[in-house]
Amino acid sequence: MSTLTDTAPPRSRALSTTAPNPRPFRLVRHSLALAKRSLIKTWRTPEALIDVTLQPVLFLIIFVYVFGGAVAGSTHHYLQFLLPGILAQTIATGAIAIGVNLNTDIAKGIFDRFRSLPIPRSAPLVGAVLGDVVRYVIVTVSTLAIGYVMGFRIDTDPFRAIAGCLLAVLFALCLSWLPVLVSMKVRTAGAVQGVMFALIMPLSFASNVFVGADTLPGWMQAFVDVNPMTHLVASVRGLFLGTPLGNHVWWTLAWCAGFVAVFMPLALRAYRKKI
Amino acid sequence: MTSDLVIEAEGLVKTFGKTRALQGVDLAVPRGTVLGVLGPNGAGKTTAVRILSTLLTPDGGTARIAGFDVVRDAERVRQSIGLTGQYASVDEDLTGRQNLELFGTLLELGRTGARRRAAELLDWFDLTDAANRQAKTYSGGMRRRLDLAASLVGAPDVIFLDEPTTGLDPAKREDMWDVVRTLVNNGSTVLLTTQYLEEADALADAITVIDHGRVIAHDTPEGLKRVVGGQTLEVRPSDPAQLPRTAEILTQVGSGAQADEIRKGVLAVPVTDDAALTESVARFATAGIAVTELSLHLPSLDEVFFTLTGRTASEDDTTRPTEVAA
Repeated sequence: MSTLTDTAPPRSRALSTTAPNPRPFRLVRHSLALAKRSLIKTWRTPEALIDVTLQPVLFLIIFVYVFGGAVAGSTHHYLQFLLPGILAQTIATGAIAIGVNLNTDIAKGIFDRFRSLPIPRSAPLVGAVLGDVVRYVIVTVSTLAIGYVMGFRIDTDPFRAIAGCLLAVLFALCLSWLPVLVSMKVRTAGAVQGVMFALIMPLSFASNVFVGADTLPGWMQAFVDVNPMTHLVASVRGLFLGTPLGNHVWWTLAWCAGFVAVFMPLALRAYRKKI
Repeated sequence: MTSDLVIEAEGLVKTFGKTRALQGVDLAVPRGTVLGVLGPNGAGKTTAVRILSTLLTPDGGTARIAGFDVVRDAERVRQSIGLTGQYASVDEDLTGRQNLELFGTLLELGRTGARRRAAELLDWFDLTDAANRQAKTYSGGMRRRLDLAASLVGAPDVIFLDEPTTGLDPAKREDMWDVVRTLVNNGSTVLLTTQYLEEADALADAITVIDHGRVIAHDTPEGLKRVVGGQTLEVRPSDPAQLPRTAEILTQVGSGAQADEIRKGVLAVPVTDDAALTESVARFATAGIAVTELSLHLPSLDEVFFTLTGRTASEDDTTRPTEVAA
């Protein structure tokens, strides 16, 4: 730094005399700025997208061609049945990454700097959650793309198809407050992954993702019927294929609201307490 | 307490489980000055800075920054502080420029304002060439400069530097000192923690020494040096046969004590007069004594602690509270 001059450092005095909260929608603007940070990080490390690109592809190929004949009699029929389920399952597991990333971030110290800034304390978390929407969109696109190549076809119309995709993205967005909460409570990134898989796995297998719920034993059906994943899958199936929707969309939305109402305040509280 | 104190803390207490990190610490920093907080690892320096910068709430005592309470008015405090420490880092996946622009956006500078401020700081810290590289590719010195730049985006009035030069080589350390001096010339108030008396002496208007979460001394650098013995002049004559004559000269230029052979072939004497170094050089020249080493040293932290507490700073590692998030 030998070239450093003795002149005063550049100071723009815009800030230090202003009162707090000089401009509206601070939480929104700060969260979006921090979401952009998450996006930059995602583009910088494309290998971190494997769980949302390769995983749906592998799951679709393996399940359709290994089980398709046995479960549904033909691979095409099983593909039509399975794709909404795989979309729901991979988008839910895709939400795990945010917990892993946050845990790493906090260990590195960048969050301490955020906490020393005059911004809403929740902005870094909200920003990280919003930034991951792009990952959920990628899951949706890659699942539909490989499905199309394998012969999957939407039986309804583009509007309902898009509504199904949006519902899946919204589900992941709301669910992601759970891994955020876990990341505040456990010590290592690996532990976040372990805890979250233990939570997500029963949700995706004890459901209608892979087989019709009516083939399951009665005691399990009781769980399947309330499982949020079941409602999401039934909604997406209905919107993609025209199967009966019933109240599944409303149940899915109710679960989404429930995730946010419960896990978001808990996550924010844990974040504030975490040193 | 007068209103001219920009940083004022009274009786700060913080406990982590059974570890009493702070046991009643008072700090006071007048506007436009530098306070050096000197202490070994685990003394409580980092805990104090984290409380003053609103990252931790104290279990007892109060602290105000620019008149605002760090607990009740944390939001106002955050508007006037900049924090640099190993824990308040930048995002390694972002470039230097992206980091600074992000903080500018968060500090309400607006898109063009954030851009301009980032460019100014990159230029000032000589990082313009590396601006578009990810921070994880930076060298240690560049990282420190980016960390410091990130804490200056909002042009804060109060700057906390937690061990800003630990791990830097001497040349980089001097560069960092120049930065701190420039900040102070510009009117900023600085609280800096350090493990080096030399650093506190070079930068600070006042020094607070803390140990085991308590203040054990507070003085000007000159006052503290008077207590702990000031500087030591060390000389190694080229020819060991010259040791006795060298010792004689050193004893004359020194502050009264006899010159000692502290290591094989190296003599040392305490000095108080700044002219002692040049004086001794002149006398060695006249006497025809060639020297291979000649240096002035401030007492090390260990020596400071030995003088102040009667034991060395590292003597009781097992019982000392470990610094949280150090």
